[in-house]
Amino acid sequence: MGLRALQEDFRAWLVSEDEGSVQRLPLGDRRGLPVYQNNYRGQLLGCLEESYPQTQAWIGSEAFRAIAARHIDACRRCVWTAQGTNMRKGFSRQRRWRQSFPDDPEVVELAALELALGEAFIAEDAEPLTQEDLRSFDWDHAEIRLVPSAAFLSFHTNAEDIWCALDSEGACPQPVMTAQADTIVVWRQDFVCCFQRLEADEAALLPALSIGLSFAVMCERLVGQLGVSEGIERAGALLARWTQAGLLRRPGRDA
Amino acid sequence: MDKDVRMRFGLGLRKPHYQDFLTSDVPVDFVEVISENFMVPGGRPRDVLRRVRERHPVALHGVSMSLGSADGVDVDYLRRLKALVDEVQPFIVSDHLCWTRTGGFNAHDLLPLPYTDEALGIVCDNIGRAQDILRRPLVVENPSSYLSFDDADMTEWAFIRAMCDRSGCDLLLDVNNVYVSATNHGFHVADYIEGVPMERVRQIHLAGHMQGKELLIDTHDHPVADPVWTLLSLIAGDLDDVAVMIERDDNIPPLNELLAELDHARSLCSYGAPIWA
Repeated sequence: MGLRALQEDFRAWLVSEDEGSVQRLPLGDRRGLPVYQNNYRGQLLGCLEESYPQTQAWIGSEAFRAIAARHIDACRRCVWTAQGTNMRKGFSRQRRWRQSFPDDPEVVELAALELALGEAFIAEDAEPLTQEDLRSFDWDHAEIRLVPSAAFLSFHTNAEDIWCALDSEGACPQPVMTAQADTIVVWRQDFVCCFQRLEADEAALLPALSIGLSFAVMCERLVGQLGVSEGIERAGALLARWTQAGLLRRPGRDA
Repeated sequence: MDKDVRMRFGLGLRKPHYQDFLTSDVPVDFVEVISENFMVPGGRPRDVLRRVRERHPVALHGVSMSLGSADGVDVDYLRRLKALVDEVQPFIVSDHLCWTRTGGFNAHDLLPLPYTDEALGIVCDNIGRAQDILRRPLVVENPSSYLSFDDADMTEWAFIRAMCDRSGCDLLLDVNNVYVSATNHGFHVADYIEGVPMERVRQIHLAGHMQGKELLIDTHDHPVADPVWTLLSLIAGDLDDVAVMIERDDNIPPLNELLAELDHARSLCSYGAPIWA
């Protein structure tokens, strides 16, 4: 049996326990097959459990393992990277969550938050803009950009409050639906992953900073909404707030 | 340089011990890290590795090169590994004699190869491509295995000797894996040790295993077992310019317990206290 055919049959057996595939393998002794099957599924389940600890804590290990097992089965032809990145991403986005928890929308948002936190943890490093930098800021031309770890989520529930309670092993709040979707920004300040629910005018501006926005344009937009005096004041306040939070990157060679 | 100077004794760097390695002078000559855990854009993993590297020489140990893939090696993976190598300047870059990937599928496990002439050619081609991209000799580890294939043309030790001869790679000899595979497949460890090219051994792994229902399982979650220590003492006289380490991946104990195991390795190798900076 050629190596390529052997590896394809081994793969088919690993992902689906297909008996026809394993029968074709030139094995003298089959006692070790369960070891590889257990390792395969155990590695993937371990990756999901490590990536979604609070989601697991919220729905319980039994429910989590059941939904993880179905995800692993469903991803038989997935291209999985060495770190399982695609599998982890697919897990949080699957429709299965909504099918399994149709009356618990906070579950899928908890999973989305945990995925975003994991991505922020290993995101590209960038030097943040500091309050000191603002003193020499070119207010007319400077372009404001987000740090590479920043990502945005749209939440209809208080999933982030539930996450905080679970993480601190405190009393969990009851899930609450919000009247309209709010935007949550997730980012990393130094080596600490953070998230924050944004106010409406922030949510309208901040995502645009992913590709860069001049402070002048930012002021124009706020002035259009709030008038000259209040708009400029708000622009300054937001800039100070985002700078203090480490959300903005210092302009430089990568900017 | 006398033989004492060329031996190093180290540990695998694992999360529960990060603070120990970052804040104190842990008495090891090197640390080994899992390459893939640090092949990320940035954040704390890369920072930890940079700071540990300031204190210790580093060996990079991979689990995803898939040297046995009939599809060939993943060039993108190797380029990302090369970037890490350039930054870390490790004294060893290693991976396993196994396959993990076919097509777009990654098994996240070290899967067994049939020891055939065809597989030998593929493995050597893949090592050659990896060495070309990494621009350095690769160090390849013998696997623990739970299956063997009827159509093998040679033993594992003959395969490894031919692989080293043909590709120019060096050998990471996992003594626990030798013992686990010998027990599972019923061969003699002495045949294995006599068969592999000891002069190509650059690194030794020592680890624990557990008894499964029918087979020994290479779990890395126990202290090194007595038969593995015995095997180390038998081969110690043949080792030269080799990095010896304890590999523990689960049920990770306090650092002092691993350092005590490492001291035992030192004493069995009879090389005394470490002198590498």
